[in-house]
Amino acid sequence: MTAPTLAIDDLRLGFRGWAGTAEVLHGISLHIAKGERVALVGESGSGKSVTARLVLGLVQELRGARYSGRMAFEGRDLGTLSRREREALRGDRISMIFQDPTSSLNPVYTIGTLFHEVLRRGNPGIGAAEARERAVAALDDVAIADPGRVLDSYAFQLSGGMNQRVLIAMALANSPSLLLADEPGTALDVTVQAQTLALMQQLVARHGASMLFISHNLGVVREFADRVYVIYKGRIVEQGPTEGLFEAPLHPYTRALMAAVPRITGEGIPEIDEEQTGFYDPLVAHPGYSEAELRP
Amino acid sequence: MSPVVRLLIKRIATSFIVLVGVSMLIFTIARVIPGDPARIALGPNASTEAVEALRDKLHLNDAFVVQYGYFIADLARGDLGQSLYSNRPVTADIAAYLPATLELVFFAGTTMILIGVPLGMLAARYRDRPLDHAIRLFTMLGVSAPDFVWAVILMLVFAYFLPVFPIAGRISDSFAVPHVTGFLTIDSLISGDLAAFGNALWHLALPAFALSFAGIGQSARLTRANMVETYRKPFIEMALAFGFPQGRIARRFAFKPSMIPSLTVIGLDLASMLGNAFLVEQIFAWPGLSRYGVAVILRKDLNAIVGTVLIISAMFLIVNIVVDLLVALINPRIRLSQRSS
Repeated sequence: MTAPTLAIDDLRLGFRGWAGTAEVLHGISLHIAKGERVALVGESGSGKSVTARLVLGLVQELRGARYSGRMAFEGRDLGTLSRREREALRGDRISMIFQDPTSSLNPVYTIGTLFHEVLRRGNPGIGAAEARERAVAALDDVAIADPGRVLDSYAFQLSGGMNQRVLIAMALANSPSLLLADEPGTALDVTVQAQTLALMQQLVARHGASMLFISHNLGVVREFADRVYVIYKGRIVEQGPTEGLFEAPLHPYTRALMAAVPRITGEGIPEIDEEQTGFYDPLVAHPGYSEAELRP
Repeated sequence: MSPVVRLLIKRIATSFIVLVGVSMLIFTIARVIPGDPARIALGPNASTEAVEALRDKLHLNDAFVVQYGYFIADLARGDLGQSLYSNRPVTADIAAYLPATLELVFFAGTTMILIGVPLGMLAARYRDRPLDHAIRLFTMLGVSAPDFVWAVILMLVFAYFLPVFPIAGRISDSFAVPHVTGFLTIDSLISGDLAAFGNALWHLALPAFALSFAGIGQSARLTRANMVETYRKPFIEMALAFGFPQGRIARRFAFKPSMIPSLTVIGLDLASMLGNAFLVEQIFAWPGLSRYGVAVILRKDLNAIVGTVLIISAMFLIVNIVVDLLVALINPRIRLSQRSS
């Protein structure tokens, strides 16, 4: 059996500060098989974004960050890679899409210049003309009607939805095997968000990339993920197939999370008492979906 | 018309209005300060008749507004009047002294930008590490004492105790550089005299560094602060996540956005060197406009005061126009917002 695209075992992370170490992750384990779309769901501050940044190696460069555990990308232990090797993976084998597309694009460079820089990650010697040609093709793929004009524009001249599609095109330009999507499109309005996510989904499938989808939006997760991990305060509390998890949430925190989804017909969001409802109960895995069963 | 040209025209028009205002202000101030310029020029032994005659010649007995009218009419012809101090036309004096000051300020400004900005970039990239602290110490040193103090210290250390630099003047007497522009570095290059060029640079080193030290400190600290701020922006995280090389992020993707706020202040620093040069020129016996300015103020030489201040204001405004254009060039938001109305 081939190694999973991403395998994380007992990942712990803390930040050392003046008043001791603040523990952020308390030993999380997850994996993404090749071509699989996995969601990591949790509230703000639960540790979902920091997990993605650990995979990219961005957190390791912060002073005071202390982490332990094993992260393997396509069988290579990320912990043993040098800084240079880790950087070589970024933007090429692993890429990332961000929450707010417009502020994620440098305001003083045109989209074309940024795209050239992105393509240089896959092919360091790429010239301006070839880069432009490939960028036009990539923007075509994300259904941008006038790629030439977009490449000559600055991010602030384009709409948020347009920028999101530009970022998706950039993230997939070097055909990465893993795409980390950190709350993509949360800054967009719902209809545009739905369109761009559907587009991203198609393209990820076409490129055969695996995806880690980080979100607090359960509706989006239900639509786009094969499997779901629920994270709460630095611990995975439940994992299972998307349908199973949504049909029958087992962990008290997952149930609370689902109850918190606003509904048009509902009476409103219930009060949730964190202390009483067993949110710190141990991990619940749906039958056949524990890490041990999925990763022989 | 390109947006940058439109911006340039707008800035020149507003600068012109500023210059008119400055001329009124300095014209008034020069006449309000006590002392009779004619008496000072002719000395205590001159007869009352002679002083009266000179006052008439200078239109000093006319109404204030009429005096200003004469001044503007002369100015339109490019005539700033006679200097009572040097007995030459003020324009000739300015032409003689301005190049020395501009040369000093140009080299001090270049030193400030070429040392200060890279130091700030390094400090930001290695923030909170030993290099950052070392740079902070150095820049604090620069801003902690006024430039004339540094001028004296540098002169004592590097020209007196360790005589590696000349103690005063623009060039050694053994060199005769033909006068073309008045800038000794340019004139020596025009005449192909490399030894004279080197000698002029050697004379420039200490005063230029003394004049720029505070600016180096300020531009380094400003660049660092703006770069650190930029490093927190989502587009830098995006650049890191896409694996853009760290060096290219520092030199391009973080640097350019950071320079937008820094440039304006660096430009003001550069312009204020014109004024700060007063004391540095005194200390290094630099035959510049600032030294001339001090001399004419003490002698209440009205025409020369007004002329000197006007020229320095004009230089200040030119620096500001250049800075505005540079900001527009690196900031597409400003560049693209200059639409025709």
